[in-house]
Amino acid sequence: MSEHVRYIDRTREYYLSQGYKKPYEWAHFEDIPFTALTKPLSESRVTIVSTSDVAIKPTEGKKAEHHLVGNAYSIPTDTPLAQLYSKQEHYDKYATHLDDVNSYFPVTRLQEKVEQGRLQSIAPRCHGVYTAYSQKKTIEVDAPEILRRCREDEVDIAVLTPV
Amino acid sequence: MSLVARHLEANGIPTVVIATARDIVETCGVTRLVFVDFPLGNPCGVPFDQDMQSNVLDIALDLLETAEKPGTTLAAPFIWPAGDDWKNTIFTEEQPFLEGEAYDNWMAAKKRYKENKT
Repeated sequence: MSEHVRYIDRTREYYLSQGYKKPYEWAHFEDIPFTALTKPLSESRVTIVSTSDVAIKPTEGKKAEHHLVGNAYSIPTDTPLAQLYSKQEHYDKYATHLDDVNSYFPVTRLQEKVEQGRLQSIAPRCHGVYTAYSQKKTIEVDAPEILRRCREDEVDIAVLTPV
Repeated sequence: MSLVARHLEANGIPTVVIATARDIVETCGVTRLVFVDFPLGNPCGVPFDQDMQSNVLDIALDLLETAEKPGTTLAAPFIWPAGDDWKNTIFTEEQPFLEGEAYDNWMAAKKRYKENKT
């Protein structure tokens, strides 16, 4: 396996070459929180949080309700897979595609883990966060909103999938 | 995304991040990371490869059970089927990351953000 891509270095060089003067400052923290599991996975309820811009297709011309607060929104977990898609444009379009929702928003695969008994249940809502340009807003608005919805749904564990 | 993971974790919800951009996530600092060495877009496995996607989730669930300290990264043992050439070409002038409408959308989103900045 070859070395992984250093995106921070690569994008800095790329955007300098595109004429941008100020490199993006990626979030960096020394302290990392830790919460241990309080019960077995087989008794746990899971949700997904993703920046894949996954969305529900409009049906019969009617736009789906995503309950947007800040950049945070939700997708009912029982939405048929065929109605989900991604509007995300920040991915490697030269190498791959976003035609398979489960390659970035693993809702069917998690459902299978529930059926196998590895997990107890999947929460009634999964969540998305649109990529913000403000780390401050992500911390002050989006993250607390996702936490609020997770608590409301009695979520025990979260799987996060950045794209 | 890592910022949201940190917030959930700090407030009592154990998290696992499944990501392709290892350096970005590790620089932010998350509790548990499954690193999948694939192009941006498919952190949970090759499109339509259900067995691999299932395995990626198993690795993530295993990590939830086994990680004993924050900042634990597990590299998934999968290789991108078309080879690693994409690693040399992502974010290069030959392959502009955003073009045309995608670029315009991004600039419009940035403008909206600046206008709404409080």
